[in-house]
Parts: sequence; C-alpha cells; structure tokens
Amino acid sequence: MSLLQLECVSKRFGALTVADEISFSVGEGEALGIIGPNGAGKSTLFNLITGNIAADTGTIRFGGADLTRVPPMARCLSGMGRTFQIPQPFEKLTVFENVLVAGSFGAQRSESGAYVRCAGILADTGLLDKANVPAGGLTLLQRKRLELARALATEPRLLLLDEIAGGLTEAECHALVATIRAIHAKGVAVIWIEHVLHALTSIVERLLVLNFGRVIGMGAPADIMASRAVREIYLGIEV
Amino acid sequence: MSIAIPSFKVETGTRASSFSALIGAAVLVLAVAVPFLVPRGAVQDLFFILTMLVLAQSWNLLAGYAGLISVGQQVFVGFGAYTMFGAVILFGIDPIVATLIAGLFAALLAVPTALFTFRLYGPYFAIGTWVVAEVVRLLLAQWKALGGGTGTSLPREATRDMAGVGLLRDHFGMKAAEASDALTYWLALVLAAATIGLIYRLLRSKQGLGLAAVRDNEQAARAVGVDARRMKALVYLTTAFLTGLAGALIYVQKARISPDAAFSVTDWTAYVIFIVVIGGIGTIEGPIVGVILFFLLQNLLSDYGSWYLLMLGLVGILIMLFAPRGLWGAFSDRTGIQLFPVRRMLVGDPLAHTPKGGPHG
Repeated sequence: MSLLQLECVSKRFGALTVADEISFSVGEGEALGIIGPNGAGKSTLFNLITGNIAADTGTIRFGGADLTRVPPMARCLSGMGRTFQIPQPFEKLTVFENVLVAGSFGAQRSESGAYVRCAGILADTGLLDKANVPAGGLTLLQRKRLELARALATEPRLLLLDEIAGGLTEAECHALVATIRAIHAKGVAVIWIEHVLHALTSIVERLLVLNFGRVIGMGAPADIMASRAVREIYLGIEV
Repeated sequence: MSIAIPSFKVETGTRASSFSALIGAAVLVLAVAVPFLVPRGAVQDLFFILTMLVLAQSWNLLAGYAGLISVGQQVFVGFGAYTMFGAVILFGIDPIVATLIAGLFAALLAVPTALFTFRLYGPYFAIGTWVVAEVVRLLLAQWKALGGGTGTSLPREATRDMAGVGLLRDHFGMKAAEASDALTYWLALVLAAATIGLIYRLLRSKQGLGLAAVRDNEQAARAVGVDARRMKALVYLTTAFLTGLAGALIYVQKARISPDAAFSVTDWTAYVIFIVVIGGIGTIEGPIVGVILFFLLQNLLSDYGSWYLLMLGLVGILIMLFAPRGLWGAFSDRTGIQLFPVRRMLVGDPLAHTPKGGPHG
C-alpha cells in the first residue's frame, strides 16, 4: 500500500499554473527524488503535500487518510516531517531547544521524554557542539543541518527534504548522504528535492521530473537521466 | 542511529537564578510587612506599582511571548472594574469576592473578542483590539444603574465591611480606611507574585517552549506540530483573566468609577506598553525594572504638567535608540545575568561512553 498518494493535484496562482494535475505515490519506506529546473514548482509541490498551500483540486492521501484539507500542524502529527529550502530556525531558541520543540510537539511526547532522542539527533546531525547556541547565530550550513534535525525529531514516517545538499563541500555532502541513508535504512520514506544529482541518486530508487508544474517523467534514475525529454528540458542539452 | 546516551542532563537554572530566588523570598517577606512599617501614602504607592506590574507582566506575556500586540487591554481593566462594581452595588457581594468574579467575567469576555480579533494580523489586530475596547466602553456608558457616562462610587459600607477589614481593625488597631488600603495592597502583592509565578511556570513548561517557537517563526512552529492558534488563544484568555483581576482590584481601591477612566487607553495600555518596552520586552525582569522606573519618572515629573508626557516620550525614544531590548535586555546582554532563566541547557557530554563514529560532519 502506498504511504503518500497524490491524485490530480492542481494549484494556480492567477494565470500561473504551479501544479498541473500532479499524480504520483510513494510507498512505505521508499525514497523518491524530485528534480526539475528552477521555478518548475518543486517547492510548491512540497508546500501542497505539507499543507502550507491548499490545493485547488485533487486529493492528497497519507497513510490511508484524506489530508487534502488538513492544516500543516495535523499533517506533521500524522507523520510528515519537512525541511524548508530557506531554513526557518527559531532564532532566539538554542539549537537544542529548536529540536526539542519538534521532539516534544511533533512526536507528541513530554518535554523530558524527548531529551534523550533530541540529544541523539543533534549528535547524528553533527550539531552537538552547538547545542546551547541560539539558532540565530548559526551559519547557513548549520541552519540546514538544523532543518534536518528538527524534521527528524518529529519522528516522521515520511521525510520531505528541500535542497539540503546545496552549497556543501564534497566532504560535507558525503556526510549528509550517509546521515540520510541511515534514516532511510530505518524504514522512513523520503522525498528529496535536490540539484546535487550524485547525492540524490545515491539514495533514491525513483526520480520524478517536474517542469512548469507538470510531471514529465518518473522512473529509475538511470532511465530518467537517459531520457531525451529530461536531457532537453532539465539539463538544457540539445539532443 | 539513536545512540544510548548515558551522561548528560538538561538544566534551566543558573547561579544568579538561585541567588534571585533567595532575594525574591526576602523581598516578599518584607513586602508582606510593609503596611505595618510605612505610612498610608507609601502603601498606596506600592499598591499602584504592584497593580501596574500585573498589567505589565500580562501585556508582556501577550505581546512579548505570544506576539499579540494588543492596544486594547483596557477593555479587560474596565470590564473587570465594572463587573466588580455591578456585583457589589446590584447584588451586595463582598468586593473581594466580586474581584474574583470580575476576573472570570473578563476571561469570558475574551472569548467573543478573540473570535473577532484573531481574524486579524499584526497592526490590524492592534487596531481591532482598540475598537473592541471602545465598543465595550460605549456600551457600559449606557448602563444607568452604574451611573451611565458619569460613573458612580462604591458604597462606603462596602469597603469598610470588606472581609478582613474588621479583623485588621480589631487586632492591629488600624482605622477602616487604613485597613482597606492594607488589604487591597496585600491582595495586589498576592496577585503580582502569582502572576510572575504563573508566567515563569508557563515559560518553563512544554507549552512555554511551543509559545517561544511560535513567537520566533509561526510557520515553522506549525510545521513541527505546534498548535499555534490554540497556544495564542490560551495566552489571550489567561492575560484577560489577570488583567480583569487587576482592573477590579484597582477600582476596589479607587472606589470611584467612570467609563472614561476605567477604559482609558493611556492609563491601562500606553503606560503599560511604556513600562514593558523600557524595561525589556520578552523577559520577566523587564516589566519589574520598567515599573520601578516609570513610578520614579512619574513622581519626579508630576509637577511639570504636560512636560511630564513629553519627558516620558523622550525617555522612551532614547531607550529604544540606545537599548532596543530595554534596560534589562541591555544589562542581561552585557552580563549574561538572568533572574528567571528559561533556557534549556544541555549539560555534560551525551556522546560519552558511546562507540566512535556516531556523529557526521
């Protein structure tokens, strides 16, 4: 059975169609990559899935329940964890407190019941030495890690990652991929928007290609990257 | 992925905070004894400081923690005061019991006003709260039994026969007026201490952590499962209750009410905002510092007529320019001292005794 299922989901902003009858599904524990040129509607698709933007038409089902009209908070509680493309830390709270908010509210635990898990997540995401620093003082890289840490702390069944590998060095990217692989190996389904293709393809089993709000291809990474349409539109190569 | 973590703990206290708990206890003991030690005028001044402190702490919770910038909190002062007057004059209820009823009624009033104002954001919310306050003021000015637009006084017997006044008179030889001042002062002291205690407890709880998250970034807070709306509504109702209690208590002591005074935006909101902002918004210490400074300014400048307001404005501007986080904020930034710490510090090394290779990056 599929964990997440979108059926003909559309969204228009005035004359601009940002999501055009998007249908796809992600199975329990699966990893799906989303690629597409800038402005293709990738982040919008995430916002539709997490409820930050309401769909005009179509249905979004998650874990068998219809969540199309459910607000973001409830979607988080039902098991969706997300990162924002532009990191959104709680700036005056410390890094540990940032993760603790997600670990206690998102995972529906008591505050002290979330301490151990949250400290563990800080260790896993390499933020432990920054635990008591206000999140407003973090660098971009650290902010991106914090996004991941916070999403993990909600104990998601589906993790939505929005361009978290961008701007990292080779070594940092390697470490990040290892972290995400470990999360995925524990049975968490992942949907990952990324421009850093080698990072993406080392994890995901399938790729979905978006262009102008429309799904123009979906399949195994090798097939997708070989397809003519994708090479023309996404890579900008004349074939 | 999750590692067994043996050796760390989470702390919120600091050395300064345990010191401040001792000082706080000492101040409280001294404050209880005040009516026996100082003349009546000073007791009335302290009563004023304490009730303004309750209003300031409430507004600070509302604006500094929940991000709800209201300029209409006078609605709860006025409504609380009128409820108390109504209960005393129309039903012959003891003023102290009536004050409690007033707090509950203020919280009840907050339900319909929240339904209206919570549809608005930012500056629109602020204006909305003011409009609500004006509407309630105009409605109560129509209430002939309580004096309509000109207002009315509490019957002399009501404050003289207040629960506890007789006791003070008989055992400590106080005059009736003295005894009622002492009593309202003690109630204000209890209310101020309870307000600070309640807010501090809230901020240290899981709900307080969620509230801080909502304040910093509402969208992100919702995305990690915090019910931002419920959180704000809870704070709005709580502050309405506290503000209503303070309003009723202020008017037990004043014993004379009119719609214009009880719903005064200057007295119950502008001054309160001034106190919170110069002291330091978003801290519990800020309003305490602010209310003391406000009282001193008011006494120093009271002989200068309207220059007084100009000076207040000037002080406000100077502090905003040179200490945008208020006097306490500037002090705390420099020294790192916090008397009411709420930060959860991860102390010790969670990775001790764990196999190597845990962390990445």
